[in-house]
Amino acid sequence: MQILTVSQLNIYLRELLDADEIVRDVWIEGEVSNFVRASSGHCYFTLKEGEAQIKSACWRSSVARIPSMPGNGDAVLAHGRVAFYEAGGQIQLYVDMIRPAGIGLLYARFEELKARLDAEGLFDLSRKRELPPLPTRIGIVTSPTGAALQDMLKVLRRRYPLAEIMLSACQVQGAGAAETVVEALYALYERNVDVIIVARGGGSAEDLWTFNEEIVARAAFASPVPLISGVGHETDTTIIDYVADLRAPTPSAAAELVAPDIAELSGAIGLLREYLDTAIARQIADARSGLDGLQQRLTQQSPAIRLGRDRQALDDLMRRASAQLGHGIDLRRARLAGAGAQLAALNPLATLGRGYAVVRRAAGQIVTDPTQVEAGEALVVTVAGGEFGVQTTDKS
Amino acid sequence: MKKTKPDTVDSPTYEALYARMQAIVARLEAGQLPLDEALALYEEGVAVATACQRLLDQAELRIQELSPGSGTRSSMWEE
Repeated sequence: MQILTVSQLNIYLRELLDADEIVRDVWIEGEVSNFVRASSGHCYFTLKEGEAQIKSACWRSSVARIPSMPGNGDAVLAHGRVAFYEAGGQIQLYVDMIRPAGIGLLYARFEELKARLDAEGLFDLSRKRELPPLPTRIGIVTSPTGAALQDMLKVLRRRYPLAEIMLSACQVQGAGAAETVVEALYALYERNVDVIIVARGGGSAEDLWTFNEEIVARAAFASPVPLISGVGHETDTTIIDYVADLRAPTPSAAAELVAPDIAELSGAIGLLREYLDTAIARQIADARSGLDGLQQRLTQQSPAIRLGRDRQALDDLMRRASAQLGHGIDLRRARLAGAGAQLAALNPLATLGRGYAVVRRAAGQIVTDPTQVEAGEALVVTVAGGEFGVQTTDKS
Repeated sequence: MKKTKPDTVDSPTYEALYARMQAIVARLEAGQLPLDEALALYEEGVAVATACQRLLDQAELRIQELSPGSGTRSSMWEE
């Protein structure tokens, strides 16, 4: 146990409150009473609810930002922080925003839910999916009797009549509407749809409130296929717009975004047809030039050409052979000429030219010794100019 | 003569046909195919393109209403 001074206690209480997460940033719903606008411009009032009350202060700077200050007896939703006012020994609400209750309350709930779902990651851009380029089945969650449905069907019929529409009807406003939207969404999740449009025509903020409900946001978040929202008009933003993979400003715009234009599709097919023709034409041209090449190579291998080539080779061989042969003959001829000259040098007839004679007996035997001849024997003498007969006279 | 109405359940979707068409063109453009395969692909491509075009020409928006709890019931939402 401690003993504290009053100021110690007040400081302790102030710090206690300042450290509290909840009262630091809070919307308080209540009724205004004892409203006083001081000459300083600050406003002071009490917020009441039954027997409960809390002193409230709103500084001049905040007053300037509040569109319309309430009067006594007004039900309001005040935003601010709760702190301990040491000088007065009181807990006070320091108000920085006041909205009329009703719409104000809705707004506060919207902001609170938005902040909470955002923190939870339901709006993460990283999980936004691309819409399918050519959806086969388009799921639509909307009122079956609303103008929004007819607007969307009109767009889809014009742009993309290929689609099959799965209409999952729901209530789009009033009590219990959010539950019907959730049911309608989950009914589509069981069907094989490629994309889902959640749509509602324009209306007041309260009318559109169904699409700010947490259960609707969570059901939309659970969609297994891309989901596009088209709720209200351009200026309306609902929680489902943040959760959806894509937000369209209106139902018609949602239908436009989901449906490719049939004219463009037709053009795309035409283009593919052209590519197809070009590709096959090139393939055939390639095949043809390939064939031509082969044919040329085949011709090269035909027997006639081959024979011609062989014949030429043979001719070459012959030419080389005959050249070789000619060379041999020349050589031999030269050798022969040499031999002839040699022979000529040894020719006895050449000796006769120098005055010598050859003497033969009648039988042709050459006489080289006197003993070979008889006395009176007839002999034949050959000289360079010819032959003549002689007779030996004596044997010496 | 028996007139057969195209079966909406079994006939390929436009998306499937379009994807097939893209695949055919891509394969043909890549080349490297035997000529008979290329020609067969070409013929298929022409048929698929015609089918696509016919689907686009004859398309009429079909609308089904899911009734909560009790499956699908067809309805004439066309005005």
